[in-house]
Amino acid sequence: MWLEILAVIFNLRTLNAAIRMSTPIALAAMGGAFSERAGVINIGLEGMLLVGAFAGAVGSYATGSALLGTLLGVAAGAATAAVFSIFTVEFRANHVVAGVGINILALGLTTWLMQVVWRTRGISPAVARVQSIRIPLISDIPVIGQVIGVQSPFVFVMIALIVGGWVLLFRTPLGLRIRMTGEHPEAADTLGINVRFIKHFSVILGGALCGFGGAYLSIGNIGRFSMGMSAGRGFMGLAANIFGQWNPIGGLGASMLFSYADAVQIRLQTMEIALPHQIIQMIPYLLTIVILAGGVVKSRPPAALGNHYRSGGGT
Amino acid sequence: MHAVELHDITKRFGTLVANKAVHLTVTRGEVHCLLGENGAGKTTLMKILFGLYQADSGSIRVNEKPALIRRPDDAISLGIGMVHQHFMLVPRLTVTENVIAGSEVSRNGFLDMNAAVEDITKLAERYRLRVAARARVENISVGQQQRVEILKALYRKADILILDEPTAVLTPQETDDLFEIIRRLKSDGKTVIFITHKLRETMAISDRVTVLRDGAVVDTLNTAETTPAELARRMVGRDVLLRVERPPSDIGEPLLAVRDLSVASRFGTAVESISFTVRAGEILGIAGVEGNGQLELEEAIVGLRKVSSGTMTVRGKELGSGPDARRMVGMAHIPSDRLRRGVVPDFSVAWNLILGSQWRSPFSRNGAFSRKQINEHAERVVAQYGVRCGSIEAPVRSLSGGNQQKLVVARELSRKPEVVIACQPTRGVDVGAIEYIHNQLLAMRAAGKAILLISAELDEVRALSDRILVMYEGRIVAERSSDAGESELGLLMAGHQAEAG
Repeated sequence: MWLEILAVIFNLRTLNAAIRMSTPIALAAMGGAFSERAGVINIGLEGMLLVGAFAGAVGSYATGSALLGTLLGVAAGAATAAVFSIFTVEFRANHVVAGVGINILALGLTTWLMQVVWRTRGISPAVARVQSIRIPLISDIPVIGQVIGVQSPFVFVMIALIVGGWVLLFRTPLGLRIRMTGEHPEAADTLGINVRFIKHFSVILGGALCGFGGAYLSIGNIGRFSMGMSAGRGFMGLAANIFGQWNPIGGLGASMLFSYADAVQIRLQTMEIALPHQIIQMIPYLLTIVILAGGVVKSRPPAALGNHYRSGGGT
Repeated sequence: MHAVELHDITKRFGTLVANKAVHLTVTRGEVHCLLGENGAGKTTLMKILFGLYQADSGSIRVNEKPALIRRPDDAISLGIGMVHQHFMLVPRLTVTENVIAGSEVSRNGFLDMNAAVEDITKLAERYRLRVAARARVENISVGQQQRVEILKALYRKADILILDEPTAVLTPQETDDLFEIIRRLKSDGKTVIFITHKLRETMAISDRVTVLRDGAVVDTLNTAETTPAELARRMVGRDVLLRVERPPSDIGEPLLAVRDLSVASRFGTAVESISFTVRAGEILGIAGVEGNGQLELEEAIVGLRKVSSGTMTVRGKELGSGPDARRMVGMAHIPSDRLRRGVVPDFSVAWNLILGSQWRSPFSRNGAFSRKQINEHAERVVAQYGVRCGSIEAPVRSLSGGNQQKLVVARELSRKPEVVIACQPTRGVDVGAIEYIHNQLLAMRAAGKAILLISAELDEVRALSDRILVMYEGRIVAERSSDAGESELGLLMAGHQAEAG
């Protein structure tokens, strides 16, 4: 029994699945990192993922091209984020309330549009999807090949995006401006940094990343859209971002940990274990709570996170 | 040649007129002081020049050309730099990152930190602004942080430097260093606009001085041709006694005694085995740069913070826990953070005047307030202590800083205390109110009360105290009499025990 459980936990196929499953969470986490480094609390990641998933499926359905579907998903995620950033930055809405609004809007809108497009409520018909690819040489290497030799292109693009996002945030002038804006917007303003532009840019970039992660959910894997299919991954991304200290690479690490727990959980459910499967399903979420609430990691958010700032001192 | 000309600048915030038709001309290469009390509109005027605020009317000329300044980057490109009173620094970023943000050094689109560090080190050497370019801002001293702010402006090629109350956070020695830096900037051809409410600094550093009162310019004078008394008169609008009279007093029995008091903080020990006694008819001053444990000491004495060890007694009786036990034995507290601990800003003047006694007779009977008693008390105290407010129903937030502080002093002293803990009692308060509060404290002393004065204003401590303790890194490092020299105390405050000894 214990041996079987251990065999599931320390298994390359489980690891392969964990990497695949971490894709949308890590992208949402990086979306959150950009948004929050610029000072905007982003609870709306979940909604942005969902919109991305829906638009990805619709685009793929309408054009027959999974690539065009993916691009539509990215655009839709960015558009949703633009709505969010207009509310939070221009109208200075409370970030959490606006984020919750985005999530509710995304669920309602995608469910309704599903009926308009496919006349169904639960699950869409199959649409063109992105096939997994086999990397010729790497897939022959023993251990590494099993882990990343055969993966969805989304996984490779995600890893490239995470590295690129880290470089942007920590190694470029724009990244320094984003970090300064989230820490001390007034200081950024006095240095001639356009705080509003930085906030809009970061939130919308975050939305585009969520859109891409959402597209993976619908057309990167099963090739269908189903109602509410983001299923809390945006919130997991939110947690992974904090666990990863507002750093895209840290967020990826945290996402992998959560997805690993998820992958193990799925496999454990198929085994005869004297535990209700509901308890087993809770593993990734319990892990999230323990890590975040249990103070395993001391987090230090950007100093001006959640604040509003307007140049000119008007209130 | 004029570096800056402000013409007919008016700025309103709601109904408050912060600047009224202000004219200001600053000559290139001079150090020009903007002198005025808190709320006189100095900072607002300079924020307009720097593009942080927009004037409602009026025009600006920079280097004899009309200038349209909508945002700080407009001001920066005109060669204007501003060092703000509350530093505009990100603690967790490095000195270099703070300096370059917004005009970064990059190569192929990436930050070139090594080149940036080199640039900043060179610039710092040129003006002798000693800072470690790679250090995080949260790990350097306040004086160094100020140098980073100056570097930020110089890095952007500022020719016109605005310094907003730059000495408020500095020790006397750091102030001297700053003045050296300003003189060096001046000899390099820079124009410096220096905002202050301190007469002595104005006299020491400026070539010309413009006095502001209630948002309007009172006068512009050549510093060499004026006196502190004249400046004070223009600042306040009436004659002011710059030095309070501290007559000899009969020092009696010990009232407040603190023995081996230690207080822990999140970062270790904030107060380390401090002992002192304050006797009847005595003002004991505690001098020190802010953040050396004064806040923790204050909170421990008034019962707001747990002590690790030590005893505190009033008239030989040990104090119980909590602030209320202190009130019962006649301790009054003028807190250092007025808006957090001194008043409830949104409550009326009348309510604020009974805070702490609200459940006592005559304000409260059988669990219900007596509005009549509360209002009568308020009318009486406001008249007696000269608190200027529209009505006793006005929210305290609407009062000026000086009047808010007078209200706190009035409430605490009208309780007829035995022991007064006065912490930063004149912070953010105008000259007129400072004079008033000082006289009130001296009146308490003459009445045979014990007064503990904790203040970062060395002038205040020296003027009022019978004895002075210097606090440094949580410990009392020296005791001096009231005639101790300023530079000696300044060195002690900065931790130079041996040199001062």
